[in-house]
Amino acid sequence: MTLPVQYLWLIPALPLLAAGIGALTPRNGRNLAAGSAILAMAVAFVLSCFALNGALQAPATHAVYNFAWFDLGHDALRLGLLLDPLTAFMCVMVTFVGLLIFIFSLDYMKEDPNYSRFFCFMSLFAAAMLGLLVANSLLLLFICWELVGLASYLLIGFWFHKPSAAAAAKKAFITTRIGDLGLLLGMLWLYDSSGSLLFYDGGHGVLEAANLASLTGQTLSCGLAVSTAIGLLIFCGAAGKSGQFPLHVWLPDAMEGPTPVSALIHAATMVAAGVFLVARAYPLMSADTLIATAPVHALTVVAFIGALTALLGALIACGQTDIKRVLAFSTVSQLGYMMLALGVGSWTAAIFHLLTHAFFKALLFLGAGSVIHAAHHEQDIRSLGGLRPRMKITFATFAIGMMALSGVPFLFSGFWSKEAILHAAHEWNVSPLPLYAGLTAVVLTAFYMTRLVAETFFGQARSPAAEHAHENHAVMTGPLVLLAVGAVLLGFLGTPACPWLQARLSGTELHSSMSQLFASGGLLLLSIGLVGAGLVTGWWLYGRKLRQTAEHRDPLAVASPAVMAALASRLGFDELYAATVGRLNSLTAALANGLDRWVIGGLVNFLGQFGVFSGTLSRETAESTLNHGFDQVSASIRGSGQRYSRAQTGEAHGYLRVIAMAFIVLVLLLVLGGSR
Amino acid sequence: MNLLPYTIYFSFAGAVLSLVAGMRSAATARAVALLTTVACWGLTLYAACGFTPSSEMLTLVDVLWIPQLGIRYHLAADGISLTLVVLTGLAATAGVLFSWNIEERTGEFFAFYLALIGSVYGVFLSADAFLFFTFYEIAIVPKYFLIANWGSTSREYGAMKLALYSFAGSALVLAGLLWIYASGPAEGFGLGQLAQAAVTMGHREQLAIFALIFTGFAVLAGMFPFHTWAPTGHVAAPTGASMLLAGVVMKLGAYGCLRVAMPLIPAGLDFWQPVIAWLAVAGIIYAGLVALVQDNFKFVIGYSSVSHMGFVLLGLAAANPLAVAGAVLQMFSHGVIAGLLFAVVGRMVYERTHTRQLEVLRKMPLHRLMPFTAVVFVLAGLASMGMPGFSGFPAELTILIGTWQVSKVWALAAAVGVLIAAAFTLRVIQVSFFGQANSAALPSTPDHPLAPVTWPERTGAILLLAATLLIGLKPDLLHNWIGPSLQSPLMQAIWSGGAP
Amino acid sequence: MTPLHLCLLISTGLFCIGLAGALARSNTILVLLGIELMLNAANLNFIAFWRFGPPSPPANGMIFVLFSIAVAAAEAAVGLALIIAVYRHQNNIRLQDATRLKG
Repeated sequence: MTLPVQYLWLIPALPLLAAGIGALTPRNGRNLAAGSAILAMAVAFVLSCFALNGALQAPATHAVYNFAWFDLGHDALRLGLLLDPLTAFMCVMVTFVGLLIFIFSLDYMKEDPNYSRFFCFMSLFAAAMLGLLVANSLLLLFICWELVGLASYLLIGFWFHKPSAAAAAKKAFITTRIGDLGLLLGMLWLYDSSGSLLFYDGGHGVLEAANLASLTGQTLSCGLAVSTAIGLLIFCGAAGKSGQFPLHVWLPDAMEGPTPVSALIHAATMVAAGVFLVARAYPLMSADTLIATAPVHALTVVAFIGALTALLGALIACGQTDIKRVLAFSTVSQLGYMMLALGVGSWTAAIFHLLTHAFFKALLFLGAGSVIHAAHHEQDIRSLGGLRPRMKITFATFAIGMMALSGVPFLFSGFWSKEAILHAAHEWNVSPLPLYAGLTAVVLTAFYMTRLVAETFFGQARSPAAEHAHENHAVMTGPLVLLAVGAVLLGFLGTPACPWLQARLSGTELHSSMSQLFASGGLLLLSIGLVGAGLVTGWWLYGRKLRQTAEHRDPLAVASPAVMAALASRLGFDELYAATVGRLNSLTAALANGLDRWVIGGLVNFLGQFGVFSGTLSRETAESTLNHGFDQVSASIRGSGQRYSRAQTGEAHGYLRVIAMAFIVLVLLLVLGGSR
Repeated sequence: MNLLPYTIYFSFAGAVLSLVAGMRSAATARAVALLTTVACWGLTLYAACGFTPSSEMLTLVDVLWIPQLGIRYHLAADGISLTLVVLTGLAATAGVLFSWNIEERTGEFFAFYLALIGSVYGVFLSADAFLFFTFYEIAIVPKYFLIANWGSTSREYGAMKLALYSFAGSALVLAGLLWIYASGPAEGFGLGQLAQAAVTMGHREQLAIFALIFTGFAVLAGMFPFHTWAPTGHVAAPTGASMLLAGVVMKLGAYGCLRVAMPLIPAGLDFWQPVIAWLAVAGIIYAGLVALVQDNFKFVIGYSSVSHMGFVLLGLAAANPLAVAGAVLQMFSHGVIAGLLFAVVGRMVYERTHTRQLEVLRKMPLHRLMPFTAVVFVLAGLASMGMPGFSGFPAELTILIGTWQVSKVWALAAAVGVLIAAAFTLRVIQVSFFGQANSAALPSTPDHPLAPVTWPERTGAILLLAATLLIGLKPDLLHNWIGPSLQSPLMQAIWSGGAP
Repeated sequence: MTPLHLCLLISTGLFCIGLAGALARSNTILVLLGIELMLNAANLNFIAFWRFGPPSPPANGMIFVLFSIAVAAAEAAVGLALIIAVYRHQNNIRLQDATRLKG
């Protein structure tokens, strides 16, 4: 069976539907929410397998299905679906790992009052990630990218009543958004210079030859090709999501979410998105490598950032004491490896490592979750210990995960995928530094994983919680076993002798022969030796003399307290950012606020006061001159009227007398006048 | 389509009716107001259904009004005004629903409210500059009384500031319009007539006139540094009025810029473009930063409004069809989202907790006391920070794409504004609804439980959320109206930058 | 002593008697009577000047007097009505007491 590309939207739509159901179910509808989420993931997994089947039949082609989202005047913003082996492999991995994590959560989260909300957010997370995978348009990818960020915010802050969780959620969202800013700008630039955001569009897509040629043809004033600039901006987004230096600070804090969330973030969904994006946009990222005069190639930057991240992450992991935090920094380091692989030109090796890493990192996180669940949320490895006899299945699977991550030779998947990366780095002719960084990180990885396992599972229980721990229910151990199987077997898909996965991904012919295994025998032996060195050092420091009490000082801290303190404080990146970016931000904000309140507001108030003042002034003038004079006149008129009214005595005789007197006077006047 | 002018008449008639009805009972006045706004909204939707996008303004009414000056009572509509008229109908209906609890002089409240709505419809439908200006002036009066009578915190101050800013702005506009009319050979105040007259004027004169008219309108659109009326006005206003203020009144200014200032004097836009764009960008970032440190819930939303209106102004300043279409879409989107945010803050939270101080709200477990409100606010906050799926995303994206074609730096700065928007929105969501729940500080003791969310609030919130989701998923609904309107002869002049 | 002089003397006496009565009496009705006397003195003058004065149109003085008497009658009616009203108010008709219209 195959899944035609136009029905590919079903894969993200199913978990989205489950998220909708989860959002609408009331609090007591726990089983409905969880059941629909798991069912949706299972069906999506089956569909992804069909899609993979179809994609493998024609590995070198890109099946697309494009449609318009909305008109933009002369042309339309178009979205699309894309089916090629990269998409299909990733979909299968995400749905499978996601499904197992969902099943694990059934038991892990069963005491949480917000059970259905949890599954709603998890489904949304998975849906966004799957949408990102099937997108054939940078815009659709960006939309899902933002939704991934949103879902991660909701999930990391799931226990928002813990201040640290709320802060971590915000930090994750804002930090990745800083990267997204670059992606957004890259997208704008890409649209402006190529007029499309579709990856493949029958010759007009941005990843196809015509557009790539025009993008590399234009150069900026600083000598960079436009494609380099866009590639670097896109890499900003990838660095944010994939926790690359210098935006890696959010990833360890993301531990504040429930453990299945960490597993999903670190294995299948969020951090894989960045690596996937660079792999997807690989033709664009690598387009400038042919320009010999370019001051810098996009992929060179990717390689160095990746190498630096791999080294930094591994170093810091050595100094952490929280079981999840050690794993988190190992994720940072492993993502650095993948970016390194992308940078040195082998995107297939990066995806290979991404797939194997998804399995063993999910395994490790769920194993850690199993430990935490059994030990009543005790996460400090100094207080654990002695879990090996108490939790046999968890120990066995965790050990497999640990060996896969450390790259123990031949049997474990991590070895093969890491080998592919180191091989690619070896062949890179720009600089040997990434190879050295990668090799150093190999030692460190083996070292800190040995430390983790020794501290957690060996020795004696160092707290009551660890003493009372016992093995979990099959709902939780089942996914562990399945993931452990995957962590072993997956490696054989891409051994140097038979690189089937790489060939399918890149759509090239498969050349299998045992001789390839030994072609780079020196490097192979070197890395085996380094893994051994790491394991032995770790065991020598931590396994030989097992920790007795939780307060016992770390052997590394005894040897070199300053180094250990620096590592434990994560090399001070958080403090650095708080002191620079954070302070700058609050300073400008306070400044703007002050400006608004005092300067602009003050000016406005001054104008207002001035208006009031001039109003008062004119009122006074009017009162004293105009009004006052008028009042005087009226008052005097009233006064005289009052005086005259006294003549009105009301006595009729008085009036008569006056009349008589007047008559007499009149007569006298007439008589006297008449005599004249 | 020809029924659209009745939105104006209905609203004013409804104002009188509710004033009369309010003397007898508050309930009747409410019913009258709701009926009026729903009827007007229905009219706009009916008109929208029968609308065929075209590049011409569709004349609805055209009679001589003051023949001596050539002033006509000319109402016309195109895709842009239709978009805004539909927004007005929606915002007005939601505003009535969220004003349901006004008990004091209800009739008068709704009378002023409906008068404001009527004049807003009038502005959006006017095709004669003088008529436009008349309605624009009428709108100021009810605004003032709504805030001064029914407002809260320092309402006289807020109302007076708002009224003075508005009048100052319209004085500038009037001066500009009269300048063109008096010194050019214009026979009337029709937009086309004025545009023809303006072209014959001297270049310097044109620049001065453009500055007058654009600044006058931009004051009401909240352009930095003339934005300070907005936060204080919003904070002082009663909920319904602040929804209208942020939802449609600020759009009046932006619409005036687009409909009057820009087509009349394209050469002026060409010259002032960098200034306007930088002011818009400054407004986006500056207001976002200010919002980041506010301790009053409503002030945060007020400043976020200014920040989002900066995007509208930036889209207008970019002066290409893409960015302007995005700006119109952003007007719609911001109208819906800001209305919703103010509704949550002013009505749903403040009326129950009686505080807007974030420090106090932080101590209340509001997400548990009012889960519906919390969900609405989170969704509205996501929409406001431009999450895909909500209308803000396609709007801001289109503006950014359009702006990028003009200047990469502006687009970069505006994109930083998006980041800041995410920061302050998340902060306010966390502090207000998901603060550190401390059961000792519960305001809801068994004696005084928080009042449950009423049906008008629920309906209003769902209406607004549905609108932003619908446009977010299918921006074509509006884009198909807006796009062709930007090809009208008057608008063509903008794209060519005043060159004949 | 012509008849005219005689008539004028009589009317002057009559007038003076009326005036003295109007000014001296406090009973309002008697004051009114005094006023009537003064009016009749004036009427006598009309008749006397008509009969004994320079030639004039026939019945000229008679008509004046007739009008004057009619006016006097109406005035008396109004005056008496006022007096009744005053009486109702203050239970007497002393003119000195009716001072309500004082300014």
